[in-house]
Amino acid sequence: MKSVRQHLWSVSIGALFALFVLASIAAGFEPGREMGRNFLTFLVQMLRVLPCVFVVIGLFEVWVKTETVEKHMGHGSGLRSYVWAVLLAGGTVGGLHVGLPIAHALYMKRARLGVVLAFVSSAGICRIPMTLFEASFLGWKFTAVRFGVSLPLVLLTSAAIGHWLERNHYELPDTKRAG
Amino acid sequence: MQTIYILTAVLLVLSLFASRTRTVQALRIALRRFMKIAPAFVVMLVFVAVALYLLPEQAMLRMLAPESRWAAVGTAVSVGSVSVMPGFIAFPLCGVLLERGALYMVLSAFSTTLMMVGVVTFPVERTYLGARLALIRNVTSILIALVVALATGLVFGELL
Repeated sequence: MKSVRQHLWSVSIGALFALFVLASIAAGFEPGREMGRNFLTFLVQMLRVLPCVFVVIGLFEVWVKTETVEKHMGHGSGLRSYVWAVLLAGGTVGGLHVGLPIAHALYMKRARLGVVLAFVSSAGICRIPMTLFEASFLGWKFTAVRFGVSLPLVLLTSAAIGHWLERNHYELPDTKRAG
Repeated sequence: MQTIYILTAVLLVLSLFASRTRTVQALRIALRRFMKIAPAFVVMLVFVAVALYLLPEQAMLRMLAPESRWAAVGTAVSVGSVSVMPGFIAFPLCGVLLERGALYMVLSAFSTTLMMVGVVTFPVERTYLGARLALIRNVTSILIALVVALATGLVFGELL
């Protein structure tokens, strides 16, 4: 029931926006036209990355054993699991919209919540190509401070939130984990 | 960008050699997951399109100029949270801001929230993490961004 309601909400927002843009084009309303153009620009950008992301997720789900992920990123995997999360995140591209589906896939393979959260936030702050870019515009000192302060904080808070939520039996939506 | 295509293609071919049925299964999973999240992505794109119209680069330049540094940090956090832009636009923009006299701590607040906090990506994040956790994560990220901004201010001598 809940998913239907959520769906309705998404569809109506999309439909309203489409109507608004079409009306703007017809009436020559420039802000509406520009929003339509923005929408298209970002849609194209998404469609260039997302299919790859989802194909890789599909392959990951089929080929990578749950036990492997559980061993390295699950309960009892120790601190090294967070190193894995950061390294994986460093290799991703795009930002939250790419990090989130991957995080979800990791969780389905029994990575623990804290590690999944650490992955999502690290995918924001320490993607390698982006960091190089940042340093070239703002200097290494800036990047070093940002990295040195944000990464430990992200790891600590992710671990704490994950621990706390799991103790309260929180589960991500749409995850029927086998066994 | 090209690396991603090549990497995906290589993985796909390897998988195909290993097992045809599993590869088909993987593609089915990919499609199913994609369709499931697509509505949330559409909502996110609508938000992005509107936010981008309301906050063009010129407006950002004006808003992040240092009148009062605390106001600028506050603005940087809000603007960074609601905008979505790829790094190859964001950092050159930060470079321009720096040349025009923006403080390092303001840029740090801006870039950190930009990367970690997603108001417009919230529909997508909610679908994956649940509304409660998505909210907790974003609020925590804003706090982290503030700490990072303070640290940057200290290191660059903008606080004292």
